[in-house]
Amino acid sequence: MNNERWLLPEGIEELLPPQAGRLEQLRRAVLDLFYGWGYELVTPPLVEYLDSLLTGTGNDLNLQTFKLTDQLNGRTMGVRADITPQVARIDAHRLSERKTPVRLCYQGTVLHTRGDGLGGPRSFTQVGAELYGHSGVESDAEMVNLMLDTLALAGVDSVYVDLGHVGIFRALTQAAGLDAQQESQLFDALQRKAVPEIQSLLAALSVDTETRQALEDLVWLNGGDEVLDKARLSLKGNAAALQALDEVAQVAQRVSRQQPDLQLHFDLAELRGFHYHTGVMFAAYQAGQGRAIAQGGRYDDIGGVFGRARPATGFSADLRALAVLGVDNMSAKTETSIFAPADDSPRLIEKIRELRMAGQRVICELPGQNGDASAAGCGKILVMQDGQWCVVDVA
Amino acid sequence: MSESDSLIIALSKGRIYKETLPLLKHAGIELVDDPDTSRKLILDTNHDDVKVLILRATDVPTYVQYGAADVGVAGKDVLMEHGGEGLYEPVDLKIACCKLMTAGRKGEQDVTPGRRLRVATKFVNSTRRFYASRGEQVEIIKLYGSMELAPLVGLADRIVDVVDTGNTLRANGLEPFEHIAEISSRLIINKAAMKMKHARVKALIDQISEAVDVHG
Repeated sequence: MNNERWLLPEGIEELLPPQAGRLEQLRRAVLDLFYGWGYELVTPPLVEYLDSLLTGTGNDLNLQTFKLTDQLNGRTMGVRADITPQVARIDAHRLSERKTPVRLCYQGTVLHTRGDGLGGPRSFTQVGAELYGHSGVESDAEMVNLMLDTLALAGVDSVYVDLGHVGIFRALTQAAGLDAQQESQLFDALQRKAVPEIQSLLAALSVDTETRQALEDLVWLNGGDEVLDKARLSLKGNAAALQALDEVAQVAQRVSRQQPDLQLHFDLAELRGFHYHTGVMFAAYQAGQGRAIAQGGRYDDIGGVFGRARPATGFSADLRALAVLGVDNMSAKTETSIFAPADDSPRLIEKIRELRMAGQRVICELPGQNGDASAAGCGKILVMQDGQWCVVDVA
Repeated sequence: MSESDSLIIALSKGRIYKETLPLLKHAGIELVDDPDTSRKLILDTNHDDVKVLILRATDVPTYVQYGAADVGVAGKDVLMEHGGEGLYEPVDLKIACCKLMTAGRKGEQDVTPGRRLRVATKFVNSTRRFYASRGEQVEIIKLYGSMELAPLVGLADRIVDVVDTGNTLRANGLEPFEHIAEISSRLIINKAAMKMKHARVKALIDQISEAVDVHG
């Protein structure tokens, strides 16, 4: 006998009551928040052709994408591992007649081929918002602020926010004249802050002293406000890097204005999504969580291959993780359910309809069922009093 | 990352433990318990909020990656095998130095078996990378210890292992062939701890780096 039929694939989870309800409440609340900020909802498909799915993000997503063959034409399709590239395609192609800034939001399931190794999930409920058609720090700051409002709405507190900018590393490697392979080696060492490797890599290259020192300094350019001052000194010979640093500082200033209590942090060597990000990047962490709980950044011109290269910035988060990490301040508002006796009199049916129309939750007793009103989770019950059906507390 | 303001340090028993102690001492951290006599796995230090975990060497990166420990000391051999994902490895401690090498029966370096070479090792990923970089496809046999035995009993043609003096190899009729990498221990840091315990972790990194320069 096969008694392991109930086993789900590794990293694939299902939600039961009340967690499923909590997730749905949060999903609605977050979409309402996005609506309030002017973000229009799009629903990209679960699968699409691989070559459009992986555009712009390159190999970063290739390994994470489940693939299948379209039996109609033999082309390879992928199950989306990230929704952002799909939304970028929509802006570039489907909405290409819009010349104004376009604000789009989405939510949906994404699937990864590999978990994070710590029994982490392979399926996520991704929510996110993207802003196309504006390249200034104002849109970067709007994204950070919207991310912070989303986290606050989910009841996630003590958030730690990190700001960075891929342009700093790019400007320095350009000044150093590195080729693609050297850049990739340096990038890898920098992600691990492997100082000995960085030093030996740079020592083997003919890089001017100032740029070499700046690349080495990058490792330690993380922490609070003081980082910006240190970075200004370290990068003073590189105009493009200073410009990028200035953008980070301006975004920080704008975010602080809206979130005066938030302590912002900087990490100028953090280059997550280096292959498609083009500007300011940000991520939110919570103590005790090793991974970012929400992240985003600028990815200009990703839509170019679909016919329209535009400035773009956005953020995303895993709604399931937020539902777990956040303090549930929505379920408390749910009113108690009402139990209706097994009775098909027209007046009772009418009363139940009225209550449900008014947003109440009414559960009808089934004849001969096990358990009473309290067992069905109801705090109130419909009873006949003076010829009227009334709602009263369960005795 | 461990909670609040505490600092958890992951070490492995043996050489790394012994050679790390003077570096920690320089940073003002001294162990109260002795892992050779104590059966405790979480050791106390002279600071209430600093604890030391004693782990298997290959587990140290895993504990630090997932934040069960904030910092740790791991050999470059172990880190190359682990991949280093989710970790920072900012300081070469220049302790527990050795070499990662291929080895085989004495005088058989140029003997080819007429089929794919069989290589016994516990460093599966590093071995695959090394032979692939030379354009050679090999069969890898994963072992957990006593690698030297494998070529003697015909289980494998080569082994890949860390070599210090080479005495164990010689005593078993083997000799080192190719050099793969120089190995020493690294201070490794959990990424989230680096962010959220920044001042404390950065101070430890600075003190340990200073100690390396003094002792080195």
